[in-house]
Amino acid sequence: MATSSVSKGCFVFKPNFKKRKISVPIEEYFNQGKNASEDSKLRFETYQLIWQQMKSETERLQEELNKNLLDSLIEFLQTSHSGLWKNSKDWSCQIKLREIPTAALVLGVNVTDHDLTLRSLTEVLQNNVTPYVVSLQAKDCPDMKHFLQKLTSQLMGCKVDVQSKEKESVQVIQKNVHYSMDSLSAWYMSVTQKRDLKMPRRKRTSSQWQSPPVVLILKDMESFTTKVLQDFIIISSQHLHEFPLILIFGIATSPVVIHRLLPHAVSSLLCIELFQSLPCKEHLTTVLDKLLLTTQFPFKLSEKVLQILTNIFLYHDFSIQNFIKGLQLALLEHFYSQPLSVLCCNLPEAKRRIHFLSANQCENIRRLPSFRRYVEKQSSEKQVALLTSDKSLKEETQSLLENLHVYHTNYFLVLRCVHQFTSSLPKYPLGRQIRELYCMCLEKNIWDSEEYASVLQLLRLLAKDELMAMLQNCFKVFQSSSAKELGNTAKKIEEFLAQFQSLDETKEEEDTSQSQSKGLKKMDLYHLQKSLLEMKELRSTSKRQTKFEVIREQVVSFVDSLVREYLLPPDSQPLHETLYFSSAHTLRQHLNAAPRIALHTALNNPYHYLKNEALRSEEGCIPNVAPDICIAYKLHLECSRLINLVDWSEVYTLKGAIKPAKSGAE
Amino acid sequence: TSTLELKEDKMLKVQFVGDDDVLNHILDREGGPKIKKERAQLLVNTQKIIKKPENELQEDDQEVLKDQNYVEVLGQDVQESLKNGSAADGGNKVYPFQNRKHPEKMAKLASELAKTPRKTVSLNMKNVPEITVDIPQCSKGHSASDKSQLKNNDKSEFLSTAPRGLRKRLIVPRSHSDSESEYSASNSEDDEGITQEYEEDTNEDILSQKIQAQNRVVSAPVCRETPSKKMKREKTSHLVEEYFEAHSSSKVLTSDRTLQKLKRAKLDQQTLHNLLSKVSPSFSAELKQLNQQHEQLFHKWMLQLHLGFNIVLYGLGSKRDLLERFRTTMLQNCIHIVINGFFPGISVKSILNSVTEEVLDHMGTFRSVLDQLEWITNKFKEDSSLELFLLIHNLDSQMLRGDKTQQIIGQLSSLRNIYLIASIDHLNAPLMWDHAKQSLYNWLWYETTTYSHYTEETSYENSLLVKQSGSLPLSSLIHVLRSLTPNARGIFRLLIKYQLDNQDNPSYTGLCFQDFYQQCREAFLVNSDLTLRAQLTEFRDHKLIRTKKGTDGVEYLLIPVDNGILTDFLEKEEEEL
Repeated sequence: MATSSVSKGCFVFKPNFKKRKISVPIEEYFNQGKNASEDSKLRFETYQLIWQQMKSETERLQEELNKNLLDSLIEFLQTSHSGLWKNSKDWSCQIKLREIPTAALVLGVNVTDHDLTLRSLTEVLQNNVTPYVVSLQAKDCPDMKHFLQKLTSQLMGCKVDVQSKEKESVQVIQKNVHYSMDSLSAWYMSVTQKRDLKMPRRKRTSSQWQSPPVVLILKDMESFTTKVLQDFIIISSQHLHEFPLILIFGIATSPVVIHRLLPHAVSSLLCIELFQSLPCKEHLTTVLDKLLLTTQFPFKLSEKVLQILTNIFLYHDFSIQNFIKGLQLALLEHFYSQPLSVLCCNLPEAKRRIHFLSANQCENIRRLPSFRRYVEKQSSEKQVALLTSDKSLKEETQSLLENLHVYHTNYFLVLRCVHQFTSSLPKYPLGRQIRELYCMCLEKNIWDSEEYASVLQLLRLLAKDELMAMLQNCFKVFQSSSAKELGNTAKKIEEFLAQFQSLDETKEEEDTSQSQSKGLKKMDLYHLQKSLLEMKELRSTSKRQTKFEVIREQVVSFVDSLVREYLLPPDSQPLHETLYFSSAHTLRQHLNAAPRIALHTALNNPYHYLKNEALRSEEGCIPNVAPDICIAYKLHLECSRLINLVDWSEVYTLKGAIKPAKSGAE
Repeated sequence: TSTLELKEDKMLKVQFVGDDDVLNHILDREGGPKIKKERAQLLVNTQKIIKKPENELQEDDQEVLKDQNYVEVLGQDVQESLKNGSAADGGNKVYPFQNRKHPEKMAKLASELAKTPRKTVSLNMKNVPEITVDIPQCSKGHSASDKSQLKNNDKSEFLSTAPRGLRKRLIVPRSHSDSESEYSASNSEDDEGITQEYEEDTNEDILSQKIQAQNRVVSAPVCRETPSKKMKREKTSHLVEEYFEAHSSSKVLTSDRTLQKLKRAKLDQQTLHNLLSKVSPSFSAELKQLNQQHEQLFHKWMLQLHLGFNIVLYGLGSKRDLLERFRTTMLQNCIHIVINGFFPGISVKSILNSVTEEVLDHMGTFRSVLDQLEWITNKFKEDSSLELFLLIHNLDSQMLRGDKTQQIIGQLSSLRNIYLIASIDHLNAPLMWDHAKQSLYNWLWYETTTYSHYTEETSYENSLLVKQSGSLPLSSLIHVLRSLTPNARGIFRLLIKYQLDNQDNPSYTGLCFQDFYQQCREAFLVNSDLTLRAQLTEFRDHKLIRTKKGTDGVEYLLIPVDNGILTDFLEKEEEEL
């Protein structure tokens, strides 16, 4: 069947044998893409397993991070609502009765993540507060009529309790053309009354919810038209006593926008309380912390890849969802392209899998650059054994993998510990966030960098209380982990702390002796300068270190030794290719593509795509054998905005092209 | 260097060349390279003076070279960073200012090239090597002239392409053209070098000299500054100037050559098609390799589609064939819809209709597109065994690029069991999607440059070089008129003549019926209002005329045929008479 026609633009193809085989299992595609690949099934399963784990972990994190926000929101809703129905004669309550309780929810500019937050909010509200939760988007409500229509239909649709009622209400919607606040409140009365009649028991148990409020979430407050919002607020404030409404504004920019959208007369009808969601950068830090800076997931990213993902996050969208998407793609690419990724799983499982590795896979291991480097360092007999016998290779691989895992446990501990030291230094030479430090450590030997040197320099200048705070934090980091390897490190930190403490007592004595000599007599300016100079010289010449300085030096060298021992870049480790995804290039191509550059290159430098020597040319000129479109483009560039087609095609013809008619078609 | 500068200024003042010399000089230059040696002797004394500037000039050159290095490094940097993406030139190449363009340049170039011994270009591949002789010359001349206008904008490119001598010449007048004479002296000295290099290439020389003259005018006011400073200033001022020149709404001179004047019979669609199909594409081996690379991705695409991503293809060339191949190899057993975005009548409604009616076999109607979307969404959410592939050619087409449409397609594609694979071609297509839509689409980008022709995509467009079947061609005009009475022909000729007389009047709306009647009466063609009306009905039936009611309620008559054809027709008629 052809897919072009002059009368139609859509062509549906349905296989005749309907549902013969719904779909080829996805593994098939994973498999067939690379014919010579090994263990593809196992790899795909591992991918899915790890991805599921990561996904649920991120969801859990998201929930956790939103928990505070949601809790405070719910509390607000409950109190505001109960206030509405107290019916007290109190003056302030009377005032409040006319105000619509409103929660302004500042969510940040990462619009794509809002949906998730608001969805979980809706869920929580429906479970805990009221069945009547409606969320509206600006694009659904261009005017008041649509607004009310949407509101009504969603409200009536979200009746959960009574089944029969639902059908009725559907009919009502279709008949009812005029939507008004009156009809809404009438509906509300009937529903709540029926509910009361039907379920007297429930009423008793949750008495304060005898008439549950209606929560209306405006997802994107900024894009609503001012008029609709104003009208709605004014009207609904009139009906507040019979239609208990609570508003939630989703705000992406800043709370000021409320006042910009609503004049004072309207905003005075609202009783606004502000809620701030967690900044997305912190969110990212947590996600990184829990997904990558941990031994829980064997999969790791190389420096370039991590850099790209964080850059997309920081410079493009601030969206956690997109970050996770990038992570997923990286994971997929890793398992798809690296046959040895089959070993990218938890240690016992990986050890088991090593036993079943095929001869081909063993060859693959031998071909890994990191492994070859490792072999070269071994003694000659061992080299022979590793290169010839699969059995010894497998044994060696097991121990290497084990080493790799140990390396990672230590790595992240030490990383966190070093981060404690570097994160509060002035000017943050190694970055404020742990991800920056991590990136640097991934890239190269960090102790070779200038930044690291300056960090040590700065550490040597720290005061005692700062240093002690850092040490204490470090101590906590080590204590929280169960790694045995670094047990004595924790002990050493403890020792340092004790030493500092003991310093306190001895220090006091010294202080008193020094302060006496420091007392300066009254003198004229000249003498003062002179004596100050002398003192300075004295200080610089007398290299006598105080006890504190000695210990500080020890601490610094201790940190340094930790870094040098444990924060080796991963490419120094044999078999790191199995766990690390390093093809930043593909990731960037698929996530952050530059179609403009691709077009430009294709037109200006056809050699980049068509590897023909005839097309190789200097920059800026196009060989006359280039594809017609390139020549036509180049000519087009050389003339003004108005192009005379005749001249154009004439020049084109003279430039050695063959078909004058062609340029017209373009 | 300021002292040096001062000295130089002094020395420059000492030097004096008479007006006649200057005149001679300029004339000589026009005369050609023959008398160069003589003149060099004549101006021996100036040589000494110029030496110093020469040194400085070299310094200057070096500085420029340094600049170039810097740019190169930058470019490399960009490339390095782009290695992760698609390797390409730096951003400065992709987003330059529009340089000042001479509208008549193309015409000039065309005529200039036409003067050079012209190779007859036929529809034959064999001629290509012959023509290549011609090409370097014209392209070089062209690029040089172009570059000199760009000057600072794109230094590296300029330096790499412009010949050395020319480069010098261009810098000299700018760095110290204090007086005319001095300027020409330095020029003459330079010319010596050039003539050795370009003895044979006079044509180009003249061209560049013209540009030089232009330069002189521009650079005259700014001259007493240190070169580096000036360079900087010129750089910024040039940027500014270029910006305003590019955006100025000054009247654009256009070349008045039209396709009509091209004495070439218009082809009809079929012949054009045949001609094009005869041409074998160049680089077919490389193109095939390119396509094979893309085809290897098919399995990966399927995998990624199944894992919740959607795929968008970009890059030069039609991606329709590629997607067709994907469809035929991978999707034979799946329900799928092919959507031609380039089809002029496509709409989101028709897409949704084909989903509901043909895929889901639903025979109802929907009140709105949003209802329909909701219904589809629910259907697909309920039945997880349902799978649908959407292939959209040109998602960025005129008809589909609207915000609402994109939103709806995005919502469709975000469903777990609807898989979308689409192609885009427009340069700014990614601007269609804001963050919200992008997250709906969940794109994975794939670059698939194919270099294949957009034949199918443009088949709904009209080419200017193809005869329009909608309008009346000459032959049918003659044919129809033959069958009419001589009086009717006379009436029609009157109308033609009137229309041709008014062809330069842009506000011409047609001939008023009353006037026309008057004219016809005077020519003894009709005797009453009614007979004229009867004739006009005849014409109208043959689509020879069109009537239009003016604002004053009067009928205006117009012949909806191209003026060129009408002229031809009149000529033919006259011949016959």
